[in-house]
Amino acid sequence: MATGLLMRGAISTAKISPLASRFIPSRLQATAAAAVAEPVEQPTSTTKPKDLKTFQIYRWNPDNPTKPQLRNYEIDLNSCGPMVLDALIKIKNEIDPTLTFRRSCREGICGSCAMNIDGCNGLACLTKIDKSGPPSMINPLPHMFVIKDLVVDMTNFYNQYKSIEPWLKRKNPPPVKGKEIPQTKKDRAKLDGMYECILCACCSTSCPSYWWNPESYLGPAALLHANRWIMDSRDEYTKERLDAVNDEFKLYRCHTILNCARACPKGLNPGKQIQNIKKLELS
Amino acid sequence: MGASKGGTRLSGMQKQVLSMYRGFLRAARSKSLEHRRQIESVVSAEFRRNSKQVDRKNFIYIEYLLHRGKKQLDQLNSPDTVGLSSLNVEGN
Repeated sequence: MATGLLMRGAISTAKISPLASRFIPSRLQATAAAAVAEPVEQPTSTTKPKDLKTFQIYRWNPDNPTKPQLRNYEIDLNSCGPMVLDALIKIKNEIDPTLTFRRSCREGICGSCAMNIDGCNGLACLTKIDKSGPPSMINPLPHMFVIKDLVVDMTNFYNQYKSIEPWLKRKNPPPVKGKEIPQTKKDRAKLDGMYECILCACCSTSCPSYWWNPESYLGPAALLHANRWIMDSRDEYTKERLDAVNDEFKLYRCHTILNCARACPKGLNPGKQIQNIKKLELS
Repeated sequence: MGASKGGTRLSGMQKQVLSMYRGFLRAARSKSLEHRRQIESVVSAEFRRNSKQVDRKNFIYIEYLLHRGKKQLDQLNSPDTVGLSSLNVEGN
């Protein structure tokens, strides 16, 4: 896993425009490069030579329960969009309609297309196809129950999110009856780096600690949201929330491995937010 | 999942399957008598069918079935659920 995660930085700096992109973090590069990349649909492949790329995709179907296998699909990159999701959609449309995966917004806001691409968790819609290099391998999120092909069961993940009570809890009524509760700009700024989370589960499923205790350890995503509500100036159940996660397993299975920060397709740092909870538990 | 004649040690997975079967029977007790009979017959048919059809070494599939069964059991345990029925899709 560690080597796989390291690969992302190396690969994405390798091929994209030499100067400008060198110092941009790799995950920003994917979106930046998408904007300047050539038009999504090439007219035909007659004008350009074929640029074939092999994708190895994990296949398993419960209706035909043989061993899971990696199946190879070869597609022409010159008639395909720049992102891995474009390739998956192309494969599903043109080669194998039985290929199953979740996708929705194709722009990194819904978090549906989280999967393991070339050994790193990420959103297929924000991960650029590695044009050179060996065949790309696409697997479902690691250590999750597979329902079919790339679709995993997120029930436990969502239940953990639910368990931290992700809504505003108040003891007093709002200052003006029936109106919103105001917040200073400074208090609002405390939520930056947390409210952006789209619950794609890339972080939690990249965390070795979460692999070994998926039921008892809440995982980076749920803890990040716990901290989001703990830090909210309008929430009046801060102490209760801190007590609720103050548990050897729920919180303290985080050993600051920080795979979460590496995996997050939105560039957040759940590990840092967990540190913040731990700090508040001590004070 | 293989018969356990007196003294045979059950594997962890076999225990999970049996405890799930028991869970279904217990869930059925909370429903009305008519539905209880129906649930019991559907559940026992499903378990017996899979015990014959599923390769006992196909752990991935058995794990999948256990996982699916657990979700169905959770649903059945909810007081809002009154009964259980099954239908045969053509080709099965």
